[in-house]
Amino acid sequence: MRLAILDRGHSFGTKVLFALIRAVSRHPVLDVVKLGKYRPGFYGRPMQAVTQAAMRGPSVWSVGDRELMAAFVAGTNGCEWCVRAHAAVAERALGDRARISAVLSDVETAPIEEPLRAVLRLLRRLTREHLVTADDMRAAMAAGATREAIEDALAVCFAFNTIGRLADAFAFSPASSAALEAGARYVLARGYR
Amino acid sequence: MVRRALVARLLGGDGRASIALRRAAFDNAGLAEPLRTLVAKVAGHASTVSDEDIAAVRASGLSEDQIFEIVVCAAVGQATRQYDAALAALESATGEGRA
Repeated sequence: MRLAILDRGHSFGTKVLFALIRAVSRHPVLDVVKLGKYRPGFYGRPMQAVTQAAMRGPSVWSVGDRELMAAFVAGTNGCEWCVRAHAAVAERALGDRARISAVLSDVETAPIEEPLRAVLRLLRRLTREHLVTADDMRAAMAAGATREAIEDALAVCFAFNTIGRLADAFAFSPASSAALEAGARYVLARGYR
Repeated sequence: MVRRALVARLLGGDGRASIALRRAAFDNAGLAEPLRTLVAKVAGHASTVSDEDIAAVRASGLSEDQIFEIVVCAAVGQATRQYDAALAALESATGEGRA
């Protein structure tokens, strides 16, 4: 990463934890974890609460569909391995690889429910153009997305618009597929804690 | 609310960068070079942030801890503006005007 403190500046206890993670998982610690554990009182813990609430808290959307949204936002941001990471979690949660790859390759033609498609369009526009209009919202609601469904999806988008920027700015290292799979298993079992 | 708690922590709690600097990074406004370029990139097109952008900020005298805080504030600030703008659009579309 671009800041050495994010790779090597952790407290002694955290370094011990990382050694344990490496020993047990037999993978390097993911940069997203290293960032979250660096001076965690500043960013890591409060952000974890945001992510956990958006991804695992009460929501109109299933865990799988929220992970699908995360993968989709990552894809819109052009972070290929972030897409693989969250697609792997979504696959485990939904048990439907075809649904995920269809959405990630073309949301317009993917065989999904119209409210989900409409919300994904909103998230894409918000992520790409940083703005959505009242007309965009009306279009999503006309497709069947409720106000609550839109709010819950915006919470997912907030988390991944933040994390995506940090991944780019700090230059996270791409992780191997095996490391991402291990991360996906952990996140599905434990959530974003 | 969790998002508000995050923002309150970044802008109000202890830090190595001054609260004024964290606030300016969050708002992407009122910064001098070279920070202005780094923060604008994090907010606008984070994929264009380069090693040189970070090196320039470091050379201007900021520590890695200060850069860490400033970049986090810039990222959360832009994501917050996007989220708030989307919620405002939703309010306006539903016409409920919930406070």
